[in-house]
Parts: sequence; C-alpha cells; structure tokens
Amino acid sequence: MASKKRSILDHVFVPKARILSKEEVEEVLRKYRVSKENLPKILETDPVVVELGAKKGDVIEFIRNSPVAGKSIYYRVVI
Amino acid sequence: MVRKKTIGAIEFGILSPDMIRKMSTVEVTVPETYDADGFPVEGGLMDPRMGVVDPGLRCKTCGQKMNKCPGHFGRIELVRPVIHTEYIKYVEGFLQATCAKCGRLVFSDETIEKVKKKYPPKMRFKYFVKKGAEVRKCPHCGYERPKIKFEKPYNFFEITGEEEKKIWPTEIRERFERIPDKDVEAMGFNPNKFRPEWLILTVLPVPPVTIRPSIILETGERAEDDLTHKLADIVYTNQRLKENIDAGAPQLIIEDLWDLLQYHVTTFFNNEAPGVPPSRHRSGRPLKTLVQRLKGKEGRFRYNLSGKRVNFAGRTVISPDIKISVGEVGVPQIMAEEITVPVHVTEWNIDEVKEYIKRDEYPRALYIIRPNGTRKRITPDNREDILEELAPGYIVERQVVDGDIALFNRQPSLHRVSLMAHRVRVLPGRTLRINPLANKPYNADFDGDEMNIHFVQTKDAQTESRELVAVKYNMISPRHGRILVTADEDALTGMFLLTWKDTKLTKEQAAELLYAIGITELPEPDEDGLISGKKIFSMLLPKDMNIEFPTKLCEYAKKFGYCEDCRNCDLETYVVIKDGELLKGVIDEEAIGTKGKIIHYIYRVYGPEEAERFVNRIGILSTMAIKMLGFTISYEELKIDEETKKKIEQIIEEGEKKALEYIELYKKGKLEPIPGFSEEESLELYIIQSLEEARKKVTAIVVKEKFEDFLKNPATAQGFVMIISGARGKVSNIINLVAFQGQAYVREKRPHRGFMGRVTAHFKPGDISPRARGFVKRSLREGLGMLDIFFWGMGGRIGEVDKGVSTQISGYYYRRLSNALMDVIVFPDGTLREVTNDALIAYRFGDDGMNPMAALDGKLPLDILYAKMKKLKGEKK
Ligand SMILES: [Mg+2]
Ligand SMILES: [Zn+2]
Ligand SMILES: [Zn+2]
Ligand SMILES: [Zn+2]
Repeated sequence: MASKKRSILDHVFVPKARILSKEEVEEVLRKYRVSKENLPKILETDPVVVELGAKKGDVIEFIRNSPVAGKSIYYRVVI
Repeated sequence: MVRKKTIGAIEFGILSPDMIRKMSTVEVTVPETYDADGFPVEGGLMDPRMGVVDPGLRCKTCGQKMNKCPGHFGRIELVRPVIHTEYIKYVEGFLQATCAKCGRLVFSDETIEKVKKKYPPKMRFKYFVKKGAEVRKCPHCGYERPKIKFEKPYNFFEITGEEEKKIWPTEIRERFERIPDKDVEAMGFNPNKFRPEWLILTVLPVPPVTIRPSIILETGERAEDDLTHKLADIVYTNQRLKENIDAGAPQLIIEDLWDLLQYHVTTFFNNEAPGVPPSRHRSGRPLKTLVQRLKGKEGRFRYNLSGKRVNFAGRTVISPDIKISVGEVGVPQIMAEEITVPVHVTEWNIDEVKEYIKRDEYPRALYIIRPNGTRKRITPDNREDILEELAPGYIVERQVVDGDIALFNRQPSLHRVSLMAHRVRVLPGRTLRINPLANKPYNADFDGDEMNIHFVQTKDAQTESRELVAVKYNMISPRHGRILVTADEDALTGMFLLTWKDTKLTKEQAAELLYAIGITELPEPDEDGLISGKKIFSMLLPKDMNIEFPTKLCEYAKKFGYCEDCRNCDLETYVVIKDGELLKGVIDEEAIGTKGKIIHYIYRVYGPEEAERFVNRIGILSTMAIKMLGFTISYEELKIDEETKKKIEQIIEEGEKKALEYIELYKKGKLEPIPGFSEEESLELYIIQSLEEARKKVTAIVVKEKFEDFLKNPATAQGFVMIISGARGKVSNIINLVAFQGQAYVREKRPHRGFMGRVTAHFKPGDISPRARGFVKRSLREGLGMLDIFFWGMGGRIGEVDKGVSTQISGYYYRRLSNALMDVIVFPDGTLREVTNDALIAYRFGDDGMNPMAALDGKLPLDILYAKMKKLKGEKK
C-alpha cells in the first residue's frame, strides 16, 4: 500500500503554494511598495514550507479559495 | 527649545536591599504617627522627611512645599526577613531548582547550556523548576536533596522520610545567596537587576506620606490612610519581635511574632492574597492596600489612567420625540442652562455676542475670557464694564442654544455609530429627546435607558462633528451597508396601513397629515372626493424617482398561491413608483425598512441630506397615520373557526402518535438508527422531527386562514399586519397564540433533567413520551397548564442566563480585538497595513476589496447605482 508517498500539498484543504523566483519577488515588493521585513511571515518549520523546501528569506505565493473573491493571492516570507 | 523624547524601552527589575536603603530618607522605628501636641513623631510613619501633606509646611528633605515635593521613601529594617509573597512562585521555583548546599542549579553544565540554547529566557525558568523538583541528588556536590513542599500561602517544608521541617526565610535567603550569577542568568533573569535573595525582604520601603495622606474629620480628629495603618502594624510587630529576641524569649514566641510579621507584610502588599485572611479596619471593613489600589475596574489603571472624566457633558434618561429630526437631539433646558459653548468674538459677531451678555435669562453669556486668558463671570453688576471692554479676540462662553452640535452616545459603545453628532434642540422637560427612528444604531429603547451627551467646544471639533460624525453621514452601517436610521416597528405598521389599497382619507385628514410634515398643498382627490394613502405617501418622493420591486407581503402571497405574476398582481404585492408617484403596492419593510429599496434609493441617489429629510417625514407621517387609522389587536382576532381547530387538533394528535410509535419501535429494539447516531440519539431526532412536522402543517393552515382574514379586512387581522409588514413578530408567535405552543426546548434538546429520570414528579421515571418531555398542546389564547409553563420556563431561564453570560464574554473578546486592530487601516491601494510599523496584513481588503458600507450585505445594489448614474448623466446635460 505505502508505495506512493503522498504530499500534503495535494490535499484539497491546503492552499496551492509555490516559491517565487527572484524576479517575481522583486515585482511583488515593487507592486506593493513594501520591504521584505514588512511582508506577512511564515515559519521555516511550517509543514508546507518544509514540503516545498523553501529557505529563510524565500517568498511563497499562496493561492487560496475565497468565498467572496473566488481566488485570492497571498505572499509570505519565510523566517 | 523643547526636546521631544520617546521612550525606547522599559526595564523591569526588583529593588535590592541596598537600593531600598539608598532611596530611604528615614528609618521608621516607632508605630506612632503624631504626638499629643499634634506634631509628627521623629522616626514615625508621618516623619516630615518623607514629604509634606499639610499646606504651608516645607519638606525636611527637599525643602519644597506641598505641591512641589514629590515625597520621599522611608524604610523599615526588619529584624527577621520575610518572603515577598507577591513573588512566592519565584521563591518556590528557586528552591526547587537549586541545590541547598552548593547553590547550583541541579543540572549538569551541559544540560544547562542545552536548555539555554533551546528555550527563550521566559520558558527556561518553567523548565528548570519543573524538572529540578524531581532531581534528588545534586550533580555538582552530590547533596541528597530532600523533597520541598510548598504550603499556601507562604510556608515551605523539607520532607525527609516522615519528618517535615519548616524552612524559615533566613534559611531561604542564605540558600539563595549561594546561587551563582550564571545560574540566575540561566534561569532567565538578569542578575544585575534581579537576585533571588532580594525576594526575601530584609528591609521594607515605606511609601512617602504623599500617597497615604491623613485626613482631618469634621470632629477635628485625624484619620490615617489604610496604608499607614498597615505600616503601623508592621512597625509595631517588628519592634515587639526585636524586644523579644533581645530579651531572649522562648523560640516559640519568637516564631509566632515572626509569622505575624510575615502576615502583615503580605497583607501590606495585597490584602486579597489567596489563603490569607484579609486585614481589617476597626469597623470591620477590609483595608485597601497596594494591590487593591491598582487592581480592577476601580483601580488606578482603569479608573484614573485609562479613564478620564470630561467637562461639558450630560447624562440622563432618554425619551422619544418623533417631531425632532433624526439629526437632532432634544436637550432639557435645565441642562442647556448649565453648559456653555465658547464664542470667539470677531468684528462680525460682536453685536450678536453683546446681546447674549445683556440678557438676564436663558440664552445668555456666563463668562468672558480675555485674550490674556483671565476668566470673568458675567454678573448684573459688571455687565456694563464688560460690554465696554469687549473687543475682537475675546472669548465669550454662552449657554447652549438650538443648532449647537453635540455628540450623543449610548453604552455599550460597540460600534462607531454608538456615538454620533446631533444638532441641539432645547426643549422643556428633564429628559434627553431622540427621534425613535434614530435609536437603532444606539440600540436604545425608552424603558429607562440613559444616554450621554457631549457639547463640542472647539471650532475644529465642531466642524468635524458636523461634517463627519453627523447622523446623516452615518445612517449606513459600516458593517453591512444597511440603513440603520429608518422606519421600524410602529413606523412600518403605520406606513403599511396608510398605503394599503383601501385606505382613503378625507381632505381634512389628508391636510392634517401633510401639514405635520410641512406640506401645504393637497394632492388631487379621487372621484369620490377622498384622497388615497398612496397619494399622500407620494408627496414625500422626489418627482423624478422611478423604481419597481416586490414587497415583503409578496413572500407570503407567493407561499400561499395568491401571487403568480407579481407585476400584474392586484394584491398590492408589487411596488411601482413612476415619476415620484406610488402607483401600486403597499409600503412595508422592503420599501423603507433597513434594507428598503426606497430608502436606499433616496440615500444613494439623492444624498444624505435628502435621506434625513425623508426619514423625518416618514416618521411623522406614519406615526400620525397609525393614530388616525387606529391599530390594536383583539382577543377575538386570535380565534380560529371550529373546523380549522378540529383539523389542527387532529394534526397534533397524529404527530404525537407518530412520536409514540417511534418510542414503541425503540423499546422493541426495531428502530432503524440514523447513520452516525446512536439509537437513543436517533429516537430523540425522530420524535422531534414528527412533532415539528406537525407544527409545520399547523403553521401552513393557520397562516393561510389569517392571510385570508387579512385580505378580507385588514382591521380584523392587525397582529398579522405587524408580521407581514415586517414591523415586529414572527409567524411562530401567531401559532403559539392561536394554535398550540408545541415543543419546549432546553439548549436545543427536549427538557430531560430535573427529577430522577424525569423532569417533574408528575411522570413515571423513564417516561420519554412527548407529554413528559415538554410537548405543549395548548395555545396561549386557551392558556397554558402548570406543567406547560414549567417546561417552557426551563428553556426561557437558560436562554436568559446564557444571553447574559455570552454578551459579557463576547463583549470582552470584542474589546480586545478592536483595540488590537485599532491601527490597521485600508490604504489607498487596497492593502491592509499597520499604521505604526508599515507591516502588510492583507494584499486586498476582504479578498474582494469591497467597502461594506458602499455595498448592501456584501453585494453591490446595481439597480440603485444605475439610477444614480442616470441621474448624474441627466444633470450634466
Ligand atoms: Mg432599555
Ligand atoms: Zn520633599
Ligand atoms: Zn549541590
Ligand atoms: Zn408577488
């Protein structure tokens, strides 16, 4: 049975997450006129961060389902 | 130049004995305060070196007078040390975690290093104490550690085998002195600011007399502050202890006095310490000592520091007045006479101001303030001089008059519309008056509610009040975009009756109604010479208004098959307004209620001023209409004809029978359980389902009959009018009155507790039939039986208790939440950020970026926005 390892990212309740490239991070910081320290944060030990293999300082994009807006995008910096 | 400085950090620590001695100006050795001649005793608790509280005297320490001397600490040298019981948890912690012999933490150096790396300072203490209490052998010196027992409130014992030996504070202090700084640091403290032996007091600071002044009673006697009393106890016990030790008294007596000293020091800090009997005044009143001064609602923090009293405010009972605007507040004249508003004298208003100064009676000036800031009361004697002197640049304080602006508030102030600005209307009487259509934002009623009023003083604040805080700009709820200041209850009923299809008024009646709202022209009468209510209502509407929508009534009409094609239905279920003329349909909640189409249309298309005027007018019109047309509910109205009654009884019997069948099935073990529920749970659900099904059927029958009664003649079904107009009440209320009460619930369950295996002694144990579990077959009209009332009372009482508890709890949650969110705002780019540190909270407010105030229940009212655009376009041309 335990042949295939399941990823928590595949679960329907886990928002879609991916690590942004350097250029994309620059773009986000410019778009929102914000410095990296002032972004919302996420712990390096967070299961999703561990699964993605993100390092401190990486910015992760979350796409969440929203009852009012359909999809909503959220960025967090790994600390 | 004033240098502005900000506080960078605050460091907390505890006072060392050295520090206490250094800040002390006097050692207090005698418990007396004043001698026979009334002079403070040297070395007593009122020693003048600790500051002065009598006017005229000078402080012996700083040489300043009463208002300048900050007060100075003294000290009491305790002959035997005592524990500072407010820190008893830390005393216990250090005892448990360190070795009595060598003073080291009872962990190996490697463990200590590891813990230091793993946990932040705050958590290290907890860790070492919890683990250290179990260590029996010191890893540093090999000492076999006895178990340490803490006995509330402040005693420690060492247990070796059967024996319990008390550890006296002297011993504790010696042990703590042996703890090296590095271990103190490892436990999460800064050893420069905190040494564990400082938790054991050898010297006690005596607070300055400034914080414990004595007062002179009318009898000329001096009464000392509670703190002084407590300090006197400490000094006295300390002296006795000293004398006994010096005299070589037996150990037992010394220990008793030592304990007493510990008790007095404990209660000096906190007279409500758990497990310690409170120290009392001679009268039996518990003393208010240090902690009591700071703690709680009436403590220093919440009462004096966070809470400030204000001037130019008033509070009294409120009562309704439909004839003042929703934007106004009625102020009793006696209040207006007491409170002033400053007027800055200019060359343009000086004559007007002079009129106020000349007057003897109510709207008059009370004070002038000269440009140099001196204030003078205006009296008949100095009036002429003042009039002579008055020039631009002066300020005159005159009594509050009509048109002034005031902030009106009712607690609990849960949202921003709990405080709004109203224009003042000075009225006779002793209550504050408010238009009843404006009471929803305040959640006020008139059963004795009191409200606060603040008369706004400065020009800036007045302008802000008028332009931002005024009622007309806050009619829309910032939470969901509904209009809060509009018709409800009787105002809705009145408008419904006025605009119902048969309602026609004579010319005289119509004139009376319209005159009350300032309209002096009559609409064209019908052929019969009468004027319909709809025509009168139309007089309130803007002439270019066009809107169509189904009424609240339509919901019911549809349900019972009376309305199929709303637009062409002659049942008044569809409102058609064409060019400001109400052609069809009755005006109810759907039109002018909190989500009403007409009121939203007027607010959003014509603006706040027009909306305020409209609301004022529907208030007056409907109140006068309901008085003119009459509104009442009769016992007769609650009757149903015999045939329907029989039908209802039969349905109820069937429902009950079905429930009993389920019980039989369950007893035989043949009940099919609902997936996910036990057999018992399923049975309850089945029973409730069968009874509620019966209720549903009864509801359909009764409402249909009432609806038909209403259609035949609204006058015979006025209770029903309240429901279908949305004014008050639900259909279930009618059923309870007319048909039967039905199942009583206690926290969503059938009543089941109370007596052994039954709710009351009137049933056999284990009886779970509908009757035994709160199913009531009688109606309120017939009257309930004793048991029926009991069953319904159970749920009612619990509901009432839960309501009280949950409002308190959720109120506190809300307070904390709103304080935490205070400085998070929506930025122009739609992001949410914290103002104080620019932290980004959300990339788009609420995910959709919608301003809830501009929407209605989260959706944009497109039809209304379209009308607004059309109007704007028309205006441009
Ligand atoms: Mg009330
Ligand atoms: Zn002084
Ligand atoms: Zn040791
Ligand atoms: Zn309809």
